[in-house]
Amino acid sequence: MSTAVPTPTVRGTAQPVSVQLRGVHLAFGRNKVLRGVDLDVPAGSTVCVIGPSGSGKSTLLRTINRLIEPDAGDVLVDGASVLDADPDALRQKIGMVFQQFHLFPHKTVLQNITMALRTLRGMSQEQAEAAALAQLDVVGLRHKASSRPSQLSGGQQQRVAIARALAMDPQVMLFDEATSALDPELVKGVLALMADLSQQGMTMVVVTHEMGFAREVADSVVFMDHGVVVEQGPPAQVFGAPESERLREFLSRVL
Amino acid sequence: METLRTLWDTFFDLEAMREALPEMLTIGLPNTLLLAVSSALLGTLLGMLLAVCGLSHSRWLRWPARTYTDVFRGLPAAVTILLVGVGLAPLGLEIWGPNPYPLGILALSLIAGAYIGEIFRAGIQSVEASQLEATRALGFSHRQAMRLVVIPQGVRRVLPAWVNQLIALIKDSSLVYFLGLLASQRELFRIGQDFAANTGNASALLLAGLFYLAITVPLTHLVNAVDRRLREGRPSEDDFEVDTVVSLEGR
Repeated sequence: MSTAVPTPTVRGTAQPVSVQLRGVHLAFGRNKVLRGVDLDVPAGSTVCVIGPSGSGKSTLLRTINRLIEPDAGDVLVDGASVLDADPDALRQKIGMVFQQFHLFPHKTVLQNITMALRTLRGMSQEQAEAAALAQLDVVGLRHKASSRPSQLSGGQQQRVAIARALAMDPQVMLFDEATSALDPELVKGVLALMADLSQQGMTMVVVTHEMGFAREVADSVVFMDHGVVVEQGPPAQVFGAPESERLREFLSRVL
Repeated sequence: METLRTLWDTFFDLEAMREALPEMLTIGLPNTLLLAVSSALLGTLLGMLLAVCGLSHSRWLRWPARTYTDVFRGLPAAVTILLVGVGLAPLGLEIWGPNPYPLGILALSLIAGAYIGEIFRAGIQSVEASQLEATRALGFSHRQAMRLVVIPQGVRRVLPAWVNQLIALIKDSSLVYFLGLLASQRELFRIGQDFAANTGNASALLLAGLFYLAITVPLTHLVNAVDRRLREGRPSEDDFEVDTVVSLEGR
């Protein structure tokens, strides 16, 4: 950015990396949730995953940071299989944002962010707090640093959750329906933050029901149904000229 | 009328109470507090250990913890205190000399640990799986996530039940009199009982009871206050569940 006043950057300094899924299969008991999913997310790009509830979108997201392990297939982050990586080290490089925020209710907003910095990054109290406050500035919530999560609106909680993930300076960000639990008037602020992050070149995998966001921000849109990728391509193509009957039917229901 | 008068004096003989008061204050109260506080500390530590073991994925930790809990929750307190205090007395004699307090405290801690372990276990289990998932997603190990996020929240939720258990412990501390106490080792109950036995008048025993109430009633109100604060301080939208089955064991 060439502006004279330094704009707070949403993204940190770590270089974003690519994510690939290769033939990922996964079943919970008899319920086959993923049935051979391939996905390509080039470094620095934003891929939105859309599809009906129960199509395996959230599960797919969790295979990327090994919260769930696939039964078959492989997941590559920066070209290396996550299955060979130390899960804790892997997750420190991959930020995740949840539908229900999942902030730690027994800690203040600031402590929600500093906890990982102190414990996992080995920062001193002062370093961690400075980093956390800088991140809160980015999401516009510095004034809430000493509040408890329960005192915040849903939108504010989600922005803190994003700050908590970004403070770890991730190379990939995963969003699991980050705005689905929010009141309509609060959705905008969170989406704007995600759009900024995308603009600044973060690698993002975004599971979402916000078709407007997918259309405007995504480099590529993936439509999933019944555990498979039915159709994918640039937003203009997926929304403008859907090829499959299933996608056309899905779009007619949500748009 | 005469009968009523006698009955009144049996319980409310102020002179008898005044006589017992100095020993209650200087010997009984400190001893009761010593027994209660030290076994509360040990019992809480033991309870935490039992809760964590009882929730472990390893059956070699879980099974002994559950068995322990079944046994010590199932036995009458008097039986446990006698078994430990009398049964281990020869051993205690070698280590501590002829003082029944260490074994009494041990027995009370063993009992309290079993109950407190169950209280903590229930609290920890009540923390949503999503809290563990979100913590692991940041890169914390299972152990770190339990220690920093899940256990603190779980324990907080059951603080009222924990205080209730401490109240039970204070009352149970009177049972160490089974182990035989020297004059200077007597706690509240025993002092009241001694005066009552010597005089045939229950007033000193009633005074002992008032001492117990003076400790336990404020605690009960503290529980209620803590409970109210925890409930009002809790967000109502705090109870979400993850819709996917997550197993984070051993990763």
